[in-house]
Amino acid sequence: MTSHHSKAERIPLLDRSLLSRALQDAFRKLDPRELIRNPVIFVTEIVSALVTLLAVRDFAIGKPSLFSLSIAVFLWLTVLFATFAEAIAEGRGRARAETLRRMRTETLAKLLPNPADRAVFKPVPASELNVGDHVLVEAGDIIPSDGEAVEGIASVNEAAITGESAPVIREAGGDRSAVTGGTLVVSDWLVIRITAARGTTFLDRMIRLVEGAERRKTPNEIALDILLAGLTLIFLIAVVTLVSFAHYSGATLSIPVLAALFVCLIPTTIGGLLSAIGIAGMDRLLRFNVLATSGRAVEAAGDVDTLLLDKTGTITLGNRMAASIVPGPGVTEQELAQAAVLASLGDDTPEGRSILAFARGRYGIAAEKPEGAKVVPFSAQTRLSGLDHEGQTWRKGAVDSICQWAGVENMPSVLTNAVERIARAGGTPLAVARGRQIMGVIELKDIVKPGIRERFAALRRMGIRTVMVTGDNRLTAAAIAGEAGVDDFIAEATPQDKLSYIRRVQSEGRLVAMTGDGTNDAPALAQADVGVVMQTGTQAAREAGNMVDLDSDPTKLIEIVEIGKQLLITRGALTTFSIANDVSKYFAILPAIFVTAYPELEALNVMRLNSPQSAILSAVIFNALIIVLLVPLALRGVRFRPIGAAELLRRNLLLYGVGGIVAPFIGIKLIDMFITALGLS
Amino acid sequence: MTIRGWAEILLVLVVAVLLAWPVGIHIARVAEGKRTFLHPLLGPIERTFYTLSRIDPAQEMSWQQYTFALLALNAIHFLMLYAILRLQFYLPLNPDHLAGMSPRLAFNTAMSFVTNTNWQAYSGETTLSPGSQMWGLTSHMFVSAGTGITVALALSRAFARGGLKTLGNFWVDLTRIVLYVLLPIAVVAAFVLVALGVPQTLATHADATTLEGLRQTIAMGPVAFMEAIKQLGTNGGGYFNANSAHPFENPNAFSCILEILLVLLIPFALTFTFGHIVGEKRQGYVLLAVAGIFLLAAVAVAYSSEAQGNPLLTAIGVDATQGNMEGKEIRFGIPLSVLFNVVTTATSCGAVNAMLDSYMPLGGMVSMFLMQLGEVVPGGVGSGLYGLIVFAVLAVFLAGLMVGRTPEYLGKKIQAKEVKLAVLAVLILPLSILGGTALSLALPEARASLAIGGPHGLSEMLYAFTSATANNGSAFAGISADTPWLDTTLGIAMLLGRYAFLVPVLAIAGSLGEKVKVPASTGTFPTDGLLFVGLLCGVVFIVGGLQFMPALSLGPLAEHFALFAGKSF
Repeated sequence: MTSHHSKAERIPLLDRSLLSRALQDAFRKLDPRELIRNPVIFVTEIVSALVTLLAVRDFAIGKPSLFSLSIAVFLWLTVLFATFAEAIAEGRGRARAETLRRMRTETLAKLLPNPADRAVFKPVPASELNVGDHVLVEAGDIIPSDGEAVEGIASVNEAAITGESAPVIREAGGDRSAVTGGTLVVSDWLVIRITAARGTTFLDRMIRLVEGAERRKTPNEIALDILLAGLTLIFLIAVVTLVSFAHYSGATLSIPVLAALFVCLIPTTIGGLLSAIGIAGMDRLLRFNVLATSGRAVEAAGDVDTLLLDKTGTITLGNRMAASIVPGPGVTEQELAQAAVLASLGDDTPEGRSILAFARGRYGIAAEKPEGAKVVPFSAQTRLSGLDHEGQTWRKGAVDSICQWAGVENMPSVLTNAVERIARAGGTPLAVARGRQIMGVIELKDIVKPGIRERFAALRRMGIRTVMVTGDNRLTAAAIAGEAGVDDFIAEATPQDKLSYIRRVQSEGRLVAMTGDGTNDAPALAQADVGVVMQTGTQAAREAGNMVDLDSDPTKLIEIVEIGKQLLITRGALTTFSIANDVSKYFAILPAIFVTAYPELEALNVMRLNSPQSAILSAVIFNALIIVLLVPLALRGVRFRPIGAAELLRRNLLLYGVGGIVAPFIGIKLIDMFITALGLS
Repeated sequence: MTIRGWAEILLVLVVAVLLAWPVGIHIARVAEGKRTFLHPLLGPIERTFYTLSRIDPAQEMSWQQYTFALLALNAIHFLMLYAILRLQFYLPLNPDHLAGMSPRLAFNTAMSFVTNTNWQAYSGETTLSPGSQMWGLTSHMFVSAGTGITVALALSRAFARGGLKTLGNFWVDLTRIVLYVLLPIAVVAAFVLVALGVPQTLATHADATTLEGLRQTIAMGPVAFMEAIKQLGTNGGGYFNANSAHPFENPNAFSCILEILLVLLIPFALTFTFGHIVGEKRQGYVLLAVAGIFLLAAVAVAYSSEAQGNPLLTAIGVDATQGNMEGKEIRFGIPLSVLFNVVTTATSCGAVNAMLDSYMPLGGMVSMFLMQLGEVVPGGVGSGLYGLIVFAVLAVFLAGLMVGRTPEYLGKKIQAKEVKLAVLAVLILPLSILGGTALSLALPEARASLAIGGPHGLSEMLYAFTSATANNGSAFAGISADTPWLDTTLGIAMLLGRYAFLVPVLAIAGSLGEKVKVPASTGTFPTDGLLFVGLLCGVVFIVGGLQFMPALSLGPLAEHFALFAGKSF
């Protein structure tokens, strides 16, 4: 959909070293003290242990125990597959954390006892720095900890954090003062005030987040856990009371059989995959170079229905560009374009370059400096650029400056009208003069990014409103808003305006996401439900947001929302699938366990499973295997399509709801045929 | 099955929906305190009532206050009814000098009528005086029906707007529902029933001489009014032991159709009320559609199973085209009997016009399963609506994520607290139904109540606990219910089924009411279309019903398959 996808780091879904590590972790996670966080799987483990004990006892006293043992094996596999799913999801993050940890090598910091005097410093290990200390970093130094530049300017390579090797400028004061521990100073120097305590630097936090050490259950995960625990309890009641019913009916039910029924009915599939889905969601963001400080933020991203987007860089290309020219009386467009090119040769600003590009593209005029011509470079004072050649002069610049330079009081009316029209539409008019003659007007305007309008339309279909935030006046803002197809805009926006807009929209029950980088964005970032801070942003902004974009690319907000939705859809799809699975299991197990008491109940054996034992075993095996089969889906996520909720629901309900009812009938039958063929039962 | 039979069934259901529609809007207006055509007549009574009891109708209640008022009133009514039943001998209008009930039977009966269950472990005509039937039972039928409706109204309001601290005033809601809805309809219905031949008299019996010259005592009493509210309030407690199979409760096909319509009227109407209160009519239609689908499916299973007849009897030469007429009244026939019983078990009414014990196994199972779903399709007055909304909340929570947003129902976010409360409520059903049955089957003393063993015995016991927990009150019969064990445990099952469900529901209402209402957009999970109808049906069936499959397969299913394999128990 955008260039970002290609940029996302590709970690193969399952790679060999990752697998073996995950397998070890899966066994380590069997520790009940850790497993208790996951009620469904914890209960499964208890049941597995119980069945194992009984099977071993039967074996010891010489009773037939093969069936109980096979059930025990597959119950344990159910638990193991669940812990394996979590381990493999964590493993992918861990690979990234290892890379980061290598960056955190111990460095010596140059501690300045007196910040004002850069000549006197004391080398101390970075780990002994305290908040508020001042340190000096010079070209070639690694910045020892997070801090704020209080003096100097330097270019810093932040590849350790962002993966982007082009150095960025860091300077005291303003919005580019934050520096990150672990990054490398390439040139010049800075005096830094340390702002992060030991172990709490950005890098530390990033490592912990990536590893999942700080992972807490999100609100929706907690709610889902409650529901899954409730369902487990309901089925516990159903299975325990069955003992009495069966006894009354003259059927004898062994504990392994009851255990098999119980584990097949409780939602082990979603219970086993729930945390893997959550971790994979954060991992997807990370491969996108966005770091979420909590799973909660990713979840909120899916819920966002209002996006606050900065105009510049997100909706429009960074700078204004030449879009059209209006020649004066007696001048052809070709002549005007030629003059504009000559006059712009001295203008190195993006606007100036855009004029050259425009002339080349529209009129085929090459930007060549005539032999011996003298270029007059653009300056902010004169607001002009131009060219002098063989006694002729060309100038281009702001309309009033050009008029003044040319000594013209009134431009021809056709040009005055054009200037007015351009200004009203939110553009910037420039004038071009040759000698004393005003040749025409160039229209510079914000160019809405190609494809952005379609993007917004897709967002609207997802029920998301886009709001453009700009410092432009209302008129200009309205024109661009109309062109880009946003739903609303905030013109002449101050930080306070943003904050109050967010509050107002939130009070209507909406969730808001925004991007920001400056310190004055901090209140709004904190108020927004999802605040994405550019990695280049200030320390204050970084602390206020709940996601950091390591690429500092504000357009990503849209993808972040999609990733959030993808996470929720995956969770919902697998929950639905898991619960729909139950229907088949009744038909597999019930006739099998009651067949001695009421042989006629064989009529319920719609799958025509071979024997009671193979039926029960097949159901248990299916129940275990389905977890492992769904791991790739849990990690990759169900695809999100911006097609509106109703259509999305229809597709997913068909696929995971109806599919969830049908699939196990087929799966259990196949397993039954397989184990019958092997003669296992 | 015949086309005529189906036409009869569909006609009754369509008329029920057509009648429910205006009544639903009327209830919504009453709930919102708007004036109705009844106000000129009944308004002064309402105001006098508030003045006398010093209630400020404008004073709204938080969910805790609302719950407390409801529970307190129900407790007082329980004690009152218990006292009436115990002290019957000393109270007026007891011409036959009937003695008071035993403590355990009075407990069971009082609980039964306060919880809208109307499980009857006694025979009305031989145990209770006209006085007890009137001010004891009939009056409590209004209170229990009204109580259920108030909870449904409180929950509906919680979805209507955001930031609500209060859910309405319980006293006002109850007063208005009884005064403007239940009483007027019951009075009109009672007159129609009298016209159709139902007695309304203080005499307890008529003496007649039969053609053979034998003297016969025919029991009667103030039946018509009780019959009206018994059906209208989905109560189901009959004046006579034979309930609506008795010719004085239900003399002919017309009265039978009228009684079916009365049962369906308010449960159907409340779906319209819900749509009206939340401001989106389609949301109500969806709930009605779900109820309709289950009703039709249940009728189809029961009708085909009864019309098919008993293969064992067919084998010995009984005409199979008659279907299974055992235990059914000739004046109703199979279609009306089946419809009546499906309707009274799909709602929490529990009235019977045929002997359920004599139904084919699947016919009986349908009734049992409808109750086990929690009485939500459409369920009892009020309780059905709030039960179905609990399932809707669960459905939205389970599948709602699939549209990429955390779940919301009618603009209210469904979060951990609501899920916890909904699970708590839903958990009561298997706990009380399966737990009670399993315990009773294990205890020899309890098992002694069963007249028969095998799967049919299991069905009888399961039916009793299902009926009590679901506050239905319908009886499979064939079980001696008035024993110390069953009186007590079934009484507790009724208590749990009613209040352990209702309190979490009010807590959900409190929690949702406070939440901001998220405006709907194209990204919102649509809960007003066919898709949600299908989803909700699936969730009610899978989450609400499947856990009873093991028990049902040892009861009616085993009996069914055995019967068709030529075996009886």
